[in-house]
Amino acid sequence: MMIRIAALLLAMALPARAEIAIQTVTSPGGITAWLVEEPGIPFTALEIRFRGGTSLDAPGKRGAVNLMTALIEEGTGDLDSQGFAAARDALAAEFRFTSDLDGVGVSARFLTENRDEALTLLRGALVAPRFDQDAVDRVRDQVLAGLRADEKDPETLASRQMMARSFGDHPYATSGDGTISSVTALTRDDIVAAHQGALAQDRIYVAATGDISAAELGSLLDDLLGGLPATGAAQPGRATLAAKGGLVVQPFPGPQSVIQFLQGGLPFEDPDYFAAVILNEILGGGRFSARLMTEVREKRGLTYGIGTGLANYDHVEMLVGQLASANDKVAEAVGVIRAEWARIAAEGVTETELANTKTFMTGSYPLRFDGNARIASILVGMQMMGLSPDYPKTRNERVEAVTMADVKRVAARLFRPDELLFVVVGEPVGLVSD
Amino acid sequence: MRKILAGAVGALLVALPGQAETVSDFTLDNGMQVVVIEDHRAPVVVHMVWYRVGSADEPAGHSGIAHFLEHLLFKGTDDMAPGEFSEVVEAQGGNDNAFTSWDYTAYHQRVAADRLGLMMQMEADRMRDLVLSEADVLTERNVILEERSQRTDSSPGALLGEQMQAAQYMNGRYGVPIIGWRHEMEVLSRQDALDFYAANYAPNNAILVVAGDVTPAEVLKLAETHYGPVAPSSDIVSRDRPAEPPQLAERRITLADARVSEPYMRRSYLAPERNPGDQRQAAALTYLAELLGGSGTTSVFARALQFDSNVAVYSAAFYDGTSVDPGTFGVLVMPQPGVTLADAEAAMDGVLAGFLEEGIDDADFARLKTQIAAAEIYARDDTEGLARQYGEALAVGLTLQDIADWPGILQSVTEDEVMAAAQQVLNRRNAVTGWLTTEEAQQ
Repeated sequence: MMIRIAALLLAMALPARAEIAIQTVTSPGGITAWLVEEPGIPFTALEIRFRGGTSLDAPGKRGAVNLMTALIEEGTGDLDSQGFAAARDALAAEFRFTSDLDGVGVSARFLTENRDEALTLLRGALVAPRFDQDAVDRVRDQVLAGLRADEKDPETLASRQMMARSFGDHPYATSGDGTISSVTALTRDDIVAAHQGALAQDRIYVAATGDISAAELGSLLDDLLGGLPATGAAQPGRATLAAKGGLVVQPFPGPQSVIQFLQGGLPFEDPDYFAAVILNEILGGGRFSARLMTEVREKRGLTYGIGTGLANYDHVEMLVGQLASANDKVAEAVGVIRAEWARIAAEGVTETELANTKTFMTGSYPLRFDGNARIASILVGMQMMGLSPDYPKTRNERVEAVTMADVKRVAARLFRPDELLFVVVGEPVGLVSD
Repeated sequence: MRKILAGAVGALLVALPGQAETVSDFTLDNGMQVVVIEDHRAPVVVHMVWYRVGSADEPAGHSGIAHFLEHLLFKGTDDMAPGEFSEVVEAQGGNDNAFTSWDYTAYHQRVAADRLGLMMQMEADRMRDLVLSEADVLTERNVILEERSQRTDSSPGALLGEQMQAAQYMNGRYGVPIIGWRHEMEVLSRQDALDFYAANYAPNNAILVVAGDVTPAEVLKLAETHYGPVAPSSDIVSRDRPAEPPQLAERRITLADARVSEPYMRRSYLAPERNPGDQRQAAALTYLAELLGGSGTTSVFARALQFDSNVAVYSAAFYDGTSVDPGTFGVLVMPQPGVTLADAEAAMDGVLAGFLEEGIDDADFARLKTQIAAAEIYARDDTEGLARQYGEALAVGLTLQDIADWPGILQSVTEDEVMAAAQQVLNRRNAVTGWLTTEEAQQ
């Protein structure tokens, strides 16, 4: 009966293209946004990104951009923290402000019926936040609580160790959240400076999806963002990955160890990038049929889940992975991962794996564009990668164009067992740091 | 198999006024309930089968078998090899997974809309024709033990939650963790899984929820083809579960763990759930949770403990009334460094006493109503989330009418009803209070 299902698969033609109508809108003041109109539900999802993020922290001010981002919604103009939250909630608008190594993000959802009032509030928060001292102190206490909790979180400990060992004196080497001492020392002036440096017009990307027209979007962009400074802090330079390989154990109590591993990746612009994506998908993609999931979980029961991913940051590219495993099984799990790394580098993949993965990637791509919030987030990410609005129509062709010869060549180029660095946080049996 | 004419299907589309989304439903002759939520914005469909069986329906001594079985449903049937289910879904560009709770077990896929029939074919196949090898069962048992290690045993907060839940239910089955107690998980057998499966996995114990770019007529036709021939079960476990005796004494727990960085206190109060035709009290408790701790800025807790005083770093209140048996209403306070858990708890109890005395701020209540109404609009952006809302409510015994009535009930709840619910529920004699502390603080 397995034949029956296999036959069915062949009979079905896949929808290979994402049918999504992306418009570009430029405001009179010159701010560009991407838009997908979807009038079916009376709200708009708006995504704004400012390139740079926590990597723009001034020397000695680690954590300033992160704390500033958490303070954006703590009052503007006549409204203090309480007043701002009440005004926002009365409109049923939702604003979320986030920061990471490469950017500050703003995710907003607002109803059509009170769009102007919601955007007036958002404008105030972005352009003229109050940064009241009592709010700075209160939110700082929350960030400090998070930093103390991080010191007892094995996943965070592992990723900090990983980044510290890999990036020398680049901002990527340290957490954008800062340290307890650096955050404790931040002043209101530091927060104001971080705001000026991170939220500037020379680094804005905007996307909107929902119940809004191109004309409406175009006319609101200048109001919303035109009050920001023209230029901000200098972006950091390229990061160099110290790829020496090896294994590091950091002791931590518990029944399991967290294991993270990393080596260099490939930039999106590299002609081999799509072959690398396919290879990663076969080795460690999130799917149950990926090699590592099969070998480490399904065949041996060594973990609940394992995955790898190409992590492309603005200033470096990596191939990273993670799992958690019982302390007495860590050594076996690491051995299996190393063996799979060497096997795919030496042997590449099978015709079936390549075909199935292409089918998965091309078939799943159109399914991403589902929901206003999700679409707006994808659109703003595409802009930051420098893609054109017609990219969704051509992306699957680039996946299809990858040949078996490409994959074999890129497997040997991409997977470098000697450069694979493992960080183990836990009490692994029989493993010590190199 | 019951035949429903196209016209009858059309009539069903308007049968649920007050529903923002277009919803239809049918029941197959073998007892399987089918619900269709239309969303034609993208050519995508979510296919979910919900079984009205969860960990609270397990036989005593076999905790974790419902969740273990959920894992084993990916291990093959008479028609499919182990792992093939997910491989086929992935080869279609889709994704699939499953989850287990106290009251239900659900299997779901998200695929291009024209693949719906294939999903039904495979899901119907594993409804009755599971085939398990001893070796696969033993390997997968290690996987669920790793899952328990990762999600529960590695997290002091999760361990406290498990202990509190066990203390809250002296007799009710919600006191047993969904993942299972480790010593019972370690001896779960292939036969345990097959017995639980044979009794409870059947169309008359299942709800099919299809959401996305489909028409009710298509779904009905496919459902009749694939699920229609599946035989019902006459051995479905009764949900007439052991009930809680009245709680006579406050219960308190302290968990000390070297891995704790920020101590906190939590309390759970036994609380009524949504019941068919009777959801007003649950709606009132939904408001109560939002008023007390739903916002980090404007909630009663945040104002009193984080703004007007410097007691807490974080505070919250939570309630989910979608369950078969009575659930819990929860509160949490994480104190500032230097503030003891005893002082934090006393401050929180002071805030609650003040709230019960003074009642609700009218402006707060009006704002919440607006937000809850808007949440219905925002929810329509997430088709999979909608499918989950429907599946969960139906799986715990609510009806489509109850689901349709819920937004209206939320809009009509009064401040008096919220205060009456608060007076009833916020009683420490109905509660378990848990402290999570560092080991140093314990000594």
